[in-house]
Amino acid sequence: MMNRLFQWFDARLPISSFVNAHLSQYYVPKNFNLWYFFGSLALMVFVIQIVSGIWLTMNYKPSAADAFASVEYIMRDVEWGWLIRYMHSTGASAFFIVVYLHMLRGLMYGSYKNPRELVWIFGMTIYVVLMAEAFMGYLLPWGQMSYWGAQVIISLFGAIPFIGPDLALWIRGDYVVGDATLNRFFALHVIAMPLILLFLIGGHVMALHEVGSNNPEGVEIKKHKDSTGRPLDGIPFHPYYTVKDLVGVVVFLFFFAIVMFFLPEMGGYFLEKPNFIPANPLQTPEHIAPVWYFTPFYAILRAVPDKFLGVMAMGGAIFVLFLLPWLDRNPVKSIRYRSTAFKALLAMFVVSFVVLGWLGMQPVTPLLTLMAQFFTILYFGYFAALWWISKNEKTQPVPERISR
Amino acid sequence: MKHVAAFKAMLAGLCLMPLAAMASGGHGMALDDARVDLGDRAALQRGAQLFVENCLSCHSAQYMRYNRIGQDLGWTDEEVRQRLIKGAAKVGETMSGGMPADYAKNAFGVVPPDLSLTARARGEDWLYTYLRSFYADPARPMGANNRLFKDVGMPNIFWREQGVVVPVVHEVRHEGGATEQVVTGLKLEQPGSMTPEQFDGMIRDLVGYMVYMSEPAVLKRQAIGPWVLAFLALFFVIIYLLKKEYWRDIK
Repeated sequence: MMNRLFQWFDARLPISSFVNAHLSQYYVPKNFNLWYFFGSLALMVFVIQIVSGIWLTMNYKPSAADAFASVEYIMRDVEWGWLIRYMHSTGASAFFIVVYLHMLRGLMYGSYKNPRELVWIFGMTIYVVLMAEAFMGYLLPWGQMSYWGAQVIISLFGAIPFIGPDLALWIRGDYVVGDATLNRFFALHVIAMPLILLFLIGGHVMALHEVGSNNPEGVEIKKHKDSTGRPLDGIPFHPYYTVKDLVGVVVFLFFFAIVMFFLPEMGGYFLEKPNFIPANPLQTPEHIAPVWYFTPFYAILRAVPDKFLGVMAMGGAIFVLFLLPWLDRNPVKSIRYRSTAFKALLAMFVVSFVVLGWLGMQPVTPLLTLMAQFFTILYFGYFAALWWISKNEKTQPVPERISR
Repeated sequence: MKHVAAFKAMLAGLCLMPLAAMASGGHGMALDDARVDLGDRAALQRGAQLFVENCLSCHSAQYMRYNRIGQDLGWTDEEVRQRLIKGAAKVGETMSGGMPADYAKNAFGVVPPDLSLTARARGEDWLYTYLRSFYADPARPMGANNRLFKDVGMPNIFWREQGVVVPVVHEVRHEGGATEQVVTGLKLEQPGSMTPEQFDGMIRDLVGYMVYMSEPAVLKRQAIGPWVLAFLALFFVIIYLLKKEYWRDIK
């Protein structure tokens, strides 16, 4: 009975052909390591955010007068409201943690290179939209840091010559961040951005499945196939990687639950202390810091003395990542077979990103500004040096097949 | 592969660096450790009563419902009425009210802030230190000043219990000859009705209650958290064995 029902549908909808193409007959390299968990984890966090977000909107009120109190209502009076809210707030930070690790994986194993440039472009676009999504979501609790963070970031658009002030006004819908801003950010946060993200994630995965996954060896598994056309070093995604990714999911949820149940504020990193004070347009907090996942770019912004050039540097720091497939001119993908110079460069890049992230949380002092300038140069230096060394890099021979 | 291992170790170290730097940071006066124990229900009950007796006449706690305290700390509605409610409030209502804003502004210079979330916004150590940092200062309208929160509008409501505390003042000479009086410490000049240890214990109870009040769900989440982790640990074993079973034939 169920079988005939399924066949009825399958004759009218490409169910089994879709499942075959993307799961049970989609071949994936057999040698994925720890770094390859973060893609599926990012997808899972996306689902967590959508589901918890739907439930939050059931009790949240997007108005300047009610927003803060409605969040406290969720935290205190809504059954399990606190759990849903912590799921969402922890999920926001977790999203960036897994996405940053996912991106670092790409840098290490050259996953952005031919033929996966478009996969990378889709991924970077997802990252940019995710930042917009997170920024708008952070305004919604209407605490002091929500308010003043938004005030600072939106005012950055005002630094653009000619159109800047009008653009900032247009974004806010008011001369200061206010009810109009909150209401439109809510609309963008709960429907516009998630919808765009959904399409982009679809594009990211479809582009990936067209060319197939890279792997820690940087070997193309499609080069060696058996007589039936199956890659010799590939295994079907389902069941092998569905069951393996499930292991990653459980480990991830373990850490996720530790934060949710025991450290929901994560020492002020995930939920900043001043955000438990309602937004007050008349009182600027003594120290405004964005949430941790924006701080590397915030540090770059502050490192440049001129505001407009600072905004350009901050935008450039994100934009330059889009160009990576063409800046890295070496065809060898995996860090395992690349030169010591490349390894040192990548280490330098990661160090600068993390240090910039720390600097972006600190109050401004002359010494810290000097440090931020130094590490900003190192950050951009990675891309320049990569372009230069990758042309004639001394690499080790890449194996034909995956041996382990 | 050595490079990769060293690279990974470095990454791990770097991830922890900002946390360490943050922990050692902070400016101004050092805060005392409140050592609040949310598992101590009797302490939370004492704290709740201290709060309604001492704080609610001026402050409000507009997000905290009376009967929620009862549910979480083990009081029936009748007990909540007897122990916590002064006046006509119903048990299902929040601790709103406090002092009329105009009157408060006249008396203290500021409207006393709502205390629902103060412990979350300031931190328990800040509150614990703040409430123990008042000293007699005849120059202030209420006769009291605070080392942690200079020129605060609030008087030292616990002076009977704490006793009379006077500042230890040092004169600092600036370049150019100007001098400034700087408070470098506090001294108990005249004992109150409590010993210093008893007084610290009372403040700890009050702060503990305020920590609970800033997030009533804290008791529930800490109680069910271990069960969630235990389930996930068990589930991990099952899923891991399942994965092993599937992957046996891959080499």
